[in-house]
Amino acid sequence: MPIELERRSEPSRAMMLASPAIAVVLTIAAAAALLAAVGVNPLRGLAVYFIEPLGTSWSLQELAVKASPLVMIAVGLAVCFRANTWNIGAEGQYLAGAMLGGWFALAYHATGAWWVLPGMLLLGALGGVLYALLPAVLRVLFGASEILTSLMLVYVAQFALDYLVRGPWRDPHGFNFPQTVTFEPAATMPLLLSGGRLHVGVLLALLAVAVAVVFLGTTLRGFELRVVGMAPRAGRFAGFDDRRDILLAFAVSGALAGLAGIIEVAGPIGQLLPNLSPGYGFAAIIVAFLGRLNPLGILVAGFVLALSYLGGEQAQIALRVPLDLTIVLQGVLLFCVLACDTLILYRVRLLRLRHRTVPGVP
Amino acid sequence: MFLEAILLTVITASTPLLMAALGELVVERSGVLNLGVEGMMVMGASCGFVAAILTGSTILGALAGVVAGAALAAIFALMTLGFAANQVASGLALTILGLGLSGLIGADFVGTQRDPAPKLAVAGLTDLPFIGPVLFGEDGFVYASLALLLGVSWFLWRTRTGLMLRAIGDNPVSAHALGHKVLRVRLLAILFGGGCAGLAGAYLSLAYTPFWVRGMTAGRGWIALALVVFSSWVPWRLALGAYLFGAVTILQLHVQGFGLGIPSQLMSSLPYLATILVLVAISRARGRGATPGSLGTPFVPDH
Repeated sequence: MPIELERRSEPSRAMMLASPAIAVVLTIAAAAALLAAVGVNPLRGLAVYFIEPLGTSWSLQELAVKASPLVMIAVGLAVCFRANTWNIGAEGQYLAGAMLGGWFALAYHATGAWWVLPGMLLLGALGGVLYALLPAVLRVLFGASEILTSLMLVYVAQFALDYLVRGPWRDPHGFNFPQTVTFEPAATMPLLLSGGRLHVGVLLALLAVAVAVVFLGTTLRGFELRVVGMAPRAGRFAGFDDRRDILLAFAVSGALAGLAGIIEVAGPIGQLLPNLSPGYGFAAIIVAFLGRLNPLGILVAGFVLALSYLGGEQAQIALRVPLDLTIVLQGVLLFCVLACDTLILYRVRLLRLRHRTVPGVP
Repeated sequence: MFLEAILLTVITASTPLLMAALGELVVERSGVLNLGVEGMMVMGASCGFVAAILTGSTILGALAGVVAGAALAAIFALMTLGFAANQVASGLALTILGLGLSGLIGADFVGTQRDPAPKLAVAGLTDLPFIGPVLFGEDGFVYASLALLLGVSWFLWRTRTGLMLRAIGDNPVSAHALGHKVLRVRLLAILFGGGCAGLAGAYLSLAYTPFWVRGMTAGRGWIALALVVFSSWVPWRLALGAYLFGAVTILQLHVQGFGLGIPSQLMSSLPYLATILVLVAISRARGRGATPGSLGTPFVPDH
């Protein structure tokens, strides 16, 4: 391996701030190369991708609308990842929240009561919690890998949603399209501004960030989660119950993912469809890491990923670039983030193979 | 005849799982957890199909699948070995990257069809009733997967290098102190795993179906990962698990065909639910005893 890592005596503070920025710069460079590879002028492509979406009030609102589910889910995932538990099924919990909350909207359709929307949000969060607790309980009781079970449940949730919108919940007057009725105004998120889709859910995402800052930064339970994540043995000596922490971390992240799901359904989408997410649950994993598992960092990172979605849509229309390019860029971004995070703990040296001697080899 | 048809389809459904999981088993035995199997597999499916269309050769297509899987694995190796990055997150990144890249590469080939890989035909043997087609009438991939099974078993338990690889997986610090090249062995294991996943993907687009669709692996990479856990990192148990899963997949398809009034979506989610059940059962029965000691933990040699 022509790379050698030398551990720093203490983590580099400068790199903690710089590493996400370096990762974004590297990803933009990769974006230019990829755009050139698919036959688009890189400068024009980058402008369409990353600058033009920032131009109008409509697109700025759209950016916030796309960022809020990402931020919300990622804040929950940060709680999980800090505790070193791997919930990678947020996409499934998002759908579970959308389904349970959506059920409430359908059940009380045409009542017009004020409590419909709060009830939906509550049930959305509850759906996410219950769906997230499944892998957590299986992990705590039986030691089953939460990574694999939470991911498998994503597929199950997608099939369940597909069944509901094609079967029992289908709009009888919807010309056989797989969709429910459009939610009535009492079941939709109020808009904040005219001339766009900015809705109250964006404020809830900000609220989630604020609560997470307090919870992770100042409470004992937040500290406990971090200790259990970094040094489980030390945590046990301190009397922390790591099983309870796993359940807690999953419940928190499930609640936020479920809430994001129902907000999306009650907000921009307005009904249940077979396809409710452009992969927010997975992109939020990238957001969590790009934000270095810090709620404020995640807020910024959420906008970066939202920009990639918005820019990707624009590029598809204006430049006929396939939407998959966005997914490639998201993957590249996560790689860059992870590689740059190494700079915090290590100095990286590139070796010339010839001059290397390996001590300790007989 | 009905049973024979089912058996044949079970084998074709199991083969990609077996190939991908065997590769991952070797990777995990060396102490590395590569969660990017799904990404490498779908890259193998896309690159394999494109290469097969362009060259007209199934074998070159399969080769391209292997190379694509290994190339993606090389990125993972750079991240986890070179930069000692978190293996879980790197594996997820690999999956995302693989899904996107495969879509880009295969975009112009959506809707194209080609003849699936030819099946073996041995005069006299393939025509035998029942066992003929099952034993002597499969395509080359199926035989390759069985050869891979024997090869991996032999390598891990009958060769010095295999012993060293397992030692590195259990305790890289001791292995390093004994002078073994931990990172080099892990690099080769990761590349092998990527090649196997790529081959498994190529099987999907070259033999299992005659076309390529975006995301056609549909979670098989993740099921392969679960199978490795199920196998307790022992190849022959892996084969058993792969064929059981193939059977579940095919059975649910047949039940859907009967039209028993069970929602098709429930049947389609059976393989995923079965995976969860199996993980629970096996984790409960075993505890953590059989897991390679250093699985998922980065190793940074102190030069």
